[in-house]
Amino acid sequence: MSELLQMYLMFFRMGAVTFGGGYAMLPILRREIIQSRQWMDEETIMDYYALSQGLPGIIAVNVAVFIGYYRKKVPGALAAALGVVSPCILIITVIYYLLSGFQENPYVRHALAGISVCVVALILDAILSMWKKGVKDIPCVLICAFAFVVSAFTKFSPILLVILCAFIGIGIRTFLTAKKGGTGK
Amino acid sequence: MIYLQLFWEFLQIGIFAVGGGMATIPFLQHLSESTGWFPPSLITDMVAISESTPGPIGINMATYVGCAIAGIPGGIIATLGEVLPSVVIVSVVSMYLTKFRGNKLVDSAFYGLRPAVTGLIVAAGLSVAQVAMFRTELYKQTGAILDLFDLKKLVFFVLVFAAIKKFKLHPIAYIACAAVVGILLGF
Repeated sequence: MSELLQMYLMFFRMGAVTFGGGYAMLPILRREIIQSRQWMDEETIMDYYALSQGLPGIIAVNVAVFIGYYRKKVPGALAAALGVVSPCILIITVIYYLLSGFQENPYVRHALAGISVCVVALILDAILSMWKKGVKDIPCVLICAFAFVVSAFTKFSPILLVILCAFIGIGIRTFLTAKKGGTGK
Repeated sequence: MIYLQLFWEFLQIGIFAVGGGMATIPFLQHLSESTGWFPPSLITDMVAISESTPGPIGINMATYVGCAIAGIPGGIIATLGEVLPSVVIVSVVSMYLTKFRGNKLVDSAFYGLRPAVTGLIVAAGLSVAQVAMFRTELYKQTGAILDLFDLKKLVFFVLVFAAIKKFKLHPIAYIACAAVVGILLGF
């Protein structure tokens, strides 16, 4: 099977089973891309998530386009983007015309309640592994805590927050290398 | 030419709505007011349905509103319009990113970005957890701390997490099981 078709089908599957958009997609993405296919490593996916936050557009689509482009340039980007949105178009169109009031159906509500608990567990698993890969020293722990507190307790824009943390990263690294290099000068 | 206009409107939403699906809501409200294509009351239905169906919320909302304005072709056109800017912008960024890989400044920026994303996802996960497993409304009414915890769901959460760690199945398997458990136990 050509990789483009594989890319489309993989993101189609992802679009069809993730409830709640970008973050909920992460566990499936890690499984399919890092573990099963080994298309890229965990750090690269984290970088793409970070960039997707700060760019215009829907986060899940941005992440998909990054991965598609990484593998197959523009055709890959298109295949990935179309893959994520295809199931949405199908499902929402059907619901719009056939199933008005479906979200009030008790079975649907119970199933969704069960799924949302499961999604929390999946996200927790993803967080633990991201922590291992991305949070390597004390400054990282502080940046992580800072991002968490700002995001959870204030209405500060996540885009500005991401940009700010990029600059904090640059600042800390510059400071650390200057300190190390300082004795040599 | 309603389709062209629709495409143009959603293209703009795709460019300017920074921060994911929910960020498109103000734009849709504005669209309703400025064009009269659909009543503002539609937005509430749209959010409810978009949140209870799979797929990114922003995309679901675009399809829904597109359908309401111009039928099935409308749904497709609105969705593609909203996605197109992402494809262009992200491709361009990717192009430059490969060039600047290994650049000290870019690497240092990512050094700060990775823990930041982890922090953001912890916050997002907590807000999902709050809705999914805690009865904050009931707690506010009664003030009894035990009312805050939905024990059935907490036990289920621990079991799911243990299963994820032990079996390493595909996430879809857990999601499917959770839907069945939710129905059987009447979550």
